[in-house]
Amino acid sequence: MTDRVINWYKYASPQTFYPLAGKLIPWFWALAALFGIAGLTIGFLIAPTDAQQGEGYRIIFLHVPASWLSMFIYLVMAFWAGIGLAFNIRLSGMMASALAPTGALFAFLSLWTGALWGKPMWGTWWVWDARLTSELILLFLYIGFIALQAAIDDPRRADKAGAILALVGVVNIPIIYFSVKWWNTLHQGASVSLTKAPSMAAMMLWGMLLCALACWMYSIAIALMRVRTIMLERERHTDWVRALLSGNGHDTSRHP
Amino acid sequence: MLRAVIGRDLRLAMRRQADIVAAMFFFIIVVSLFPLGVGPEPDQLRRMAPGVLWVAALLATMLSLPRLFADDHRDGTLEQLTLAPQPLGVIVLGKVIAHWLVAGLPLVVLAPVLGIQFDLSSDALLVLTVSLLIGTPALSGIGAIGAALTLGVRGGGVLLSLLVLPLYIPVLIFGAGAVDATLSGLGPQAHLSLLGALALGGVFFAPWPTAAALRVALE
Amino acid sequence: MHWNSFAEFLAMGNHAVYVWGSVGVMAVLMIAEPMLLVRGRKTLVARLKRQLRAEQHESVANRSTSNTHRSQA
Repeated sequence: MTDRVINWYKYASPQTFYPLAGKLIPWFWALAALFGIAGLTIGFLIAPTDAQQGEGYRIIFLHVPASWLSMFIYLVMAFWAGIGLAFNIRLSGMMASALAPTGALFAFLSLWTGALWGKPMWGTWWVWDARLTSELILLFLYIGFIALQAAIDDPRRADKAGAILALVGVVNIPIIYFSVKWWNTLHQGASVSLTKAPSMAAMMLWGMLLCALACWMYSIAIALMRVRTIMLERERHTDWVRALLSGNGHDTSRHP
Repeated sequence: MLRAVIGRDLRLAMRRQADIVAAMFFFIIVVSLFPLGVGPEPDQLRRMAPGVLWVAALLATMLSLPRLFADDHRDGTLEQLTLAPQPLGVIVLGKVIAHWLVAGLPLVVLAPVLGIQFDLSSDALLVLTVSLLIGTPALSGIGAIGAALTLGVRGGGVLLSLLVLPLYIPVLIFGAGAVDATLSGLGPQAHLSLLGALALGGVFFAPWPTAAALRVALE
Repeated sequence: MHWNSFAEFLAMGNHAVYVWGSVGVMAVLMIAEPMLLVRGRKTLVARLKRQLRAEQHESVANRSTSNTHRSQA
């Protein structure tokens, strides 16, 4: 048991995590490519036409994974932020900062693909649908988190302030979603809802799941890449970064 | 202790009444701009009124938030308060209540007068006032988190609105929704009770993350 | 295979703009993000190496030759 604890703390130190992340990144890229090719092949080449929505429905293979990831990444980000705050682990705070831009990217992509899906399906780029609205607010929350961390110079304070904001955000997301849904049911005349998706063929579901997995692996790879950069930047005065930079320089430049 | 913090903050606020008055006039001006922007048709104005008044109230609250902790931070009082035997959360609660008395209550008093500009019926005016009375404490409570997080941070004011306004959305929805529901003949009770729940949460839970954020800012 | 011809695939049942607009933007952004990261990392590493060299240069003057060698590696 104690061994395990020691191990855990060992990998939580930037010095050990840095090379480990470097080794893992190519694997996650490979998985992302594999799942992505499989998912897109099924989604765009094999899956049948949707009876109601024609070929335009194929945006679902991008839209749904992007939405899932945008929400999931916020949860993971808040989880790391909370761990970092509770146990004072530097790596956790760095992970949270590394995840935020990718989460914001997926939130944006979800809105973008949602708009491009809405135009042919509903005849309008934007509807104040409960889900789209919540997604927009989620993007605002990401932007707030990134802006707050960017405005604070001291990285330790930035981590902690960001962690508090992320946790407050997580508590608020269900409240916001509920309130938006409530508001939506009161105001919406025509019922255009993404919830009532037509019974989905198994093939479509597979395509969607594979694409979501691809996005997930992509996010992990990107987060690891970004956390490595953050580590170098923040730990630049420590011995291990100095050794890395001056000693075996090829190791740092070899890998993205 | 709670009363002492509130009393002290109110006394300090009285010394800079100009700030309170400015925030009130900001509220009045923003609300008065809308009819000029969209035209004077009473039907349209009546429909817009709840949203306009509530959004203006959110923005007016934002104006006074940066000063919630900034003055105490500057003269070192805040550091002394963190060393006090009482939990910091209780002290924050006192400051939140004082902020509401200074920044929220004036909005509640002004709102019915401004509502008349929008041709609201007396029922709707009453609900508007009640909704602001219930909802503005939540604005002060949630806003305190943002004020503590951005304490001493560059570009604090703009950043504060970026952080806090998304968190205000439920309050806006239920607050404006209550008036809307009255206008459309549905009762406002459901909205008002949800707003009350938000206010309780905002006032009694928000001081704890705020206290944590203050400790981070003071490290 | 669902499609009869490549043109049909491209046309996406008259929804080409929407489908390919989604695919295009998503692909561009998901390719741009890692590329920007790699570039940012390279500039960071270069900057840190420069700083480190400057420090070492101050402390030990005669190391400069080996440092130039290192920066080329």
